Parts: sequence; structure tokens; C-alpha cells
Amino acid sequence: MSVHHVNTASDLQETYDLLVVGAGPAGLSAAAVAAECGLSVLLCDENGSPGGQIYRGITEASAATKARLGKDYAAGEAIITRFLATSACYAARASVWSIAPYEPEVGEASGLEVGVSLAGAARLIRVRRAILATGALERPFPIPGWTLPGIMTAGSAQIALKTAGLVPSGRTVIAGTGPLLYLLAAQLIGAGASVNAVVDTTPNGNRRRALAHSFDFARSAYGLKGARLLAQVHRYTRVIRNVMALEAAGDGRLSEVVVTYRGGTERLPADLLLLHQGIVPNLNLSLASGCASGWNDRQATFTPTIDEWCQTSVPDIAIAGDAGGIIGAEGSALHGALAGMAAAWRLGRLSEAERDKRAAPVRARLRMALRGRLFLDELFRPGDDFRIPTRPETIVCRCEEVTAGAIRATMPLGVRGPNQMKAYLRCGMGPCQGRLCGLTVTEIIAQERGVAPGEVGYYNVRTPIKPVALKELAALPQSDSAIKAVAGFVEKPVSASHPRTQE
Amino acid sequence: MFRRLPDHKGDLVTFTFDGTPLMASKGDTVAAALLAAGVTRFRTTPVSGADRGPYCMMGVCFECLVTIDGRGNRQACLTTIEEGMRVETQHGAATYPTGISA
Ligand SMILES: Cc1cc2nc3c(=O)[nH]c(=O)nc-3n(C[C@H](O)[C@H](O)[C@H](O)COP(=O)(O)OP(=O)(O)OC[C@H]3O[C@@H](n4cnc5c(N)ncnc54)[C@H](O)[C@@H]3O)c2cc1C
Ligand code: FES
Repeated sequence: MSVHHVNTASDLQETYDLLVVGAGPAGLSAAAVAAECGLSVLLCDENGSPGGQIYRGITEASAATKARLGKDYAAGEAIITRFLATSACYAARASVWSIAPYEPEVGEASGLEVGVSLAGAARLIRVRRAILATGALERPFPIPGWTLPGIMTAGSAQIALKTAGLVPSGRTVIAGTGPLLYLLAAQLIGAGASVNAVVDTTPNGNRRRALAHSFDFARSAYGLKGARLLAQVHRYTRVIRNVMALEAAGDGRLSEVVVTYRGGTERLPADLLLLHQGIVPNLNLSLASGCASGWNDRQATFTPTIDEWCQTSVPDIAIAGDAGGIIGAEGSALHGALAGMAAAWRLGRLSEAERDKRAAPVRARLRMALRGRLFLDELFRPGDDFRIPTRPETIVCRCEEVTAGAIRATMPLGVRGPNQMKAYLRCGMGPCQGRLCGLTVTEIIAQERGVAPGEVGYYNVRTPIKPVALKELAALPQSDSAIKAVAGFVEKPVSASHPRTQE
Repeated sequence: MFRRLPDHKGDLVTFTFDGTPLMASKGDTVAAALLAAGVTRFRTTPVSGADRGPYCMMGVCFECLVTIDGRGNRQACLTTIEEGMRVETQHGAATYPTGISA
């Protein structure tokens, strides 16, 4: 057996038992387990090849790239090979832009209607269940000047390295915090980048809080790896610590990074600034599908509410991997396997006893994989001033160019939450749909109101979660629900209302 | 800002950016191809006209929007480069030939 590659929207079947969104470790494992249990599975990912963030580009990577990125990267091959040997359908370059329950006709089973774009055409298909394994994205890092060309995320440089063999050239500064920061720095240095400085913004106070979890951390896989990476980076570049403020400057493009640390302010000439302060769940699809979420203070983000089988508040939707809260690559693969088993059980392919029997060893490994996470979360929780900009000129919403000052100045109008702010300032209404400003806007409002971010809430995210061109929609098959959905979009191309509120 | 590692293998692909012929490596995304060619400005913003370039390279920030073969609003970081592609800077908000923006 081997997977069936779906290359065009018309190659998609009308229905599948299970849709899996995301071909990272979580989605690949979920899809493989479910397909092995006999479910008809469709796996969609908007990238051209499987692997998600950590294993990005691995199926095409040369031996040199694999050697450069180390054995954690190469470990992805086993997960991908297992998936490719199943009977699942795999649609690369396929974006899922909506998922909503549909009203079953008499005698029909309930399920979900899914909007997918593939090769320039959109399709609505039906599935009985869905697993969202949409992973994480790098947390917004709003500092003055961060919209200048020449400033990218550290993860983006890793993507360029993994998929195109590109390394930063010229004067490069890496700034931020998080367990991945030193990994990314070490990878880029190892690949020959000239990293002039690593500006470490980890708040000093974090160390004390993290200590409470240091025993678990020392016993975890992260402990040793982390120490090795740190030593490596220190050997090859300058590390600046005790950082109080960070700013990017330049006329039309980056020319210098201004660092204020205990001891003074320094202007570092730079051609490329790579920012990174940890990763947060990619929330848009789960929010638009109506899955409940709550504020997770330790990770300083909203995380979807899921149970031990990855089940969300929406009956037919589960969430696995980093999309459900940051658990790392190894944890995500195991989490995905649990979600796959749960789907097979819910759709009658596994008995409850069989599901539990298979899950037991996976849960044991998941506990091991998660050991040390609490330490990482506490140690690398980004400082308030780097999440909640204090300088008024700092752009918060990059798409609509809304500054922190404008948001604060709007508060006296009685703004309670991000959706009202959006109505006043258009923040979150650009094409990124709040992905790069949502958390920041919530936290600024919470700070101004003196309440917890959970009380302030997040943007209402609506489908389609990716802009869908009218041309693509024109290619939709003309079923009743398709016409209904299209009619909705035609009136309001970008912010069509949620299918459930159209009734 | 970026250079290609000598051991990166890939057939050459030719494309144009704002009319200038450039080379890419087969399998590159449009964003990687432009970065490799030294392009840092991909678009100007609809609000203030400021220059922007790719930020996330993974499809979430929409800073890499360019016009490809006459169609605006294409995410350069999610589109694979193809022989003969016509890539252009996107100025402000994109509109389609029909006049409908999406
Ligand atoms: C830029 C970046 C680099 C990282 N690098 C590393 C690393 O080197 N080492 C490490 O240990 N961890 C790394 N991580 C952390 C990483 O997220 C996890 O360790 C791991 O990849 C999580 O697996 P996952 O399956 O949950 O999600 P991911 O691997 O993130 O996979 C999610 C997939 O879902 C797809 N997707 C999302 N939304 C949609 C949609 N609407 N339609 C279709 N497809 C969609 C994405 O294209 C992606 O391929 C990185 C994270 C980021 C953001
Ligand atoms: S660079 Fe962020 S969407 Fe393309």
C-alpha cells in the first residue's frame, strides 16, 4: 500500500471518514494510525512536502543538509515513511480554510463540511471527523521597527536553510528567547552564517521560578541538549544578556539593532535581524471552527480546551500536537497517535478496550517526552515588555499599521476586548487575520484594564481563515451547501460570516 | 542578506522580478528565490506605502505578497517558483483584472 497523492481539487473525493489538517509530526502520526485502523483519511497541508515545521523539506533534503541539521531532524524520516506506506490520501499545497458542522439530511450521519483550496480551485467536501494538527507559529515580537525589510523570524531563516539551502550572509543579529533560540543560532552558525551577536532577552527573574522544575529538566532529553547548544553558540559568537529593550532602526530597511542592557545602550550595525521569542499554538482554524479555548498563563497564550483524547468542545473535532498547546516535536507525534486512535474508536474501527491497550505505552512515552516542559515554559516565558509594547510608536498590527499608542489611546472610549478594538482601529482585519497581533492586542487591553487576558478574550476569528479568491470559489461544485457558502462569500469576500451564523 | 550553500543541488529555473531576469533553484519557493537573488522588498503597504519583505516564510504573516503572472496577493513563501514566472512587487492593495479584490 502507499498513499494516494491528491493533486487537484477535482481529485478530492466527496467524503472521507477523517480529515487531518497539517503534515507535521502530529498530523502524520494521526493520519497513519487512523488509516492503519481502516479509516478513509485525507491529510491536507499547505506545504509542498510532508514534515511540518521541524521536519520541513526532509523528503528532498540532501545528505549535507541532514548532517547539518542533526539527528533530531533526520528522525522525521521514520514518521513520514510510516505515513507514506498507508492507504491515506495526501493533498500537498492544500489549504483548509473552513470547517463547520453540517445539518444532516434524514438518515444521514452528522459530520463536518470542509473548505479546501488546492491548485487554484476551492472545494467543499464532507468528513465525519477532523483532527487539527496545525502546529505552532512564532510568537509576535513587537519592537519598534520590526516591520522593516531585513527583519525576519529566526524560524524563517531555518525554513530557508531547510528548503532552499540558504544561509544568512552579511551582518546578522539573532535576538530573543525560548528553547529554540539557541538551536536556531547553532544551526545557522553551523551552516556558515556570520552571526555577529545573540541578544538574549530571557528575563532574569525566570531562572528562580524555573528552578522548582529543574530536577525533571535535568533528567529530560532537553537538559543535555540545551547545555551543549549554549556552549556551542558561546564559542562562536557574542551573547548579550540582561537586556532591557530592543529596537530596530533603518531608512526603508534595517541598518542597526539598538540594544539596551544593564551597562548601557549599544547600536549594532546589521543587515539581518532574526527575532524569536518562543512559539504559540496556531489558533485560527480551531477558533474559526468554534473550538473553546482558554488563557494559559504559563505559556502566555490561549490554548484550545482538549481532553486526554485530544477532543475539543466541538463534537467531531480533535486537536493534536503543538496546535493544542506547545509540547514539542516528540510529544506532538505521540499526541497525534492518540488522536488517531480516538478517531478510530469513535468511528467504530477500534473497541474501547483495544484503544486503551494501544494508548497505554504511547501515554507512557508522552509523559517522558513532556518531562522538562514546565521548566522550559517557566525559564523562557518572554518578559512583559517584549510581549506588551510600552513605546507608543511600536506597530502592533502589521497589516493595518496600528500602533501600541493608538490602541492605548482608544481604551478610554470604553473598549473591553479585541473585537471592539478592531471595530475602532481595524487591527486584526488585514490578510493575516490577527495571527501576528492577536495576543499583543489582548495583552495590551488586559494591562490597560488591569484584568487577566482570559477575561479580555481574543478576536472572533471567522472563516475563511485564508483569503480565498473569487476565481477559486467559482470552481466549486454546485451542491446546495456550496451555493449557500458561495453566496455568503460573494457578498463579503474577505470576512465572510461563519457558516453557523448564516442560518 | 542570504547566500546559497554550495552543496545545495537543484536545476536552475529562470524567472523575472519586475522585468529583470533572475535565476532560482528548482523547488525554491518564490520567496526563497527572491531572497537568494538579493531582493528584500516584496511589497508596499496599502496604508502608508511602507516597504515590506517576508517575515515568517511559513504562510502566516502575509508580508510576502507579490503579483505572480498578473495575479496579485500571492503568498511568495507558499508558492513554488516555475520556469518563466513573472513576479512583480505588489504596490498597495492588490486588485484582480475584474476589479474585485480578494
Ligand atoms: C518556524 C518553526 C521552526 C521550528 N523548528 C523546530 C526545530 O528545529 N526543532 C524542534 O524541535 N521544534 C521546532 N519547532 C517547533 C515545532 O512546532 C514542533 O516541535 C513540531 O513541529 C510540532 O509538530 P506539529 O505536528 O504539532 O505541527 P507542525 O510541525 O507545525 O505542522 C503543522 C502543519 O500544519 C500545516 N497547516 C497549518 N494550518 C493549515 C491549514 N489551514 N491548511 C493546511 N495546512 C495547514 C502547516 O503548513 C504545517 O506543515 C519549530 C516551530 C516553528 C514555528
Ligand atoms: S513570509 Fe509570512 S506569509 Fe509569506
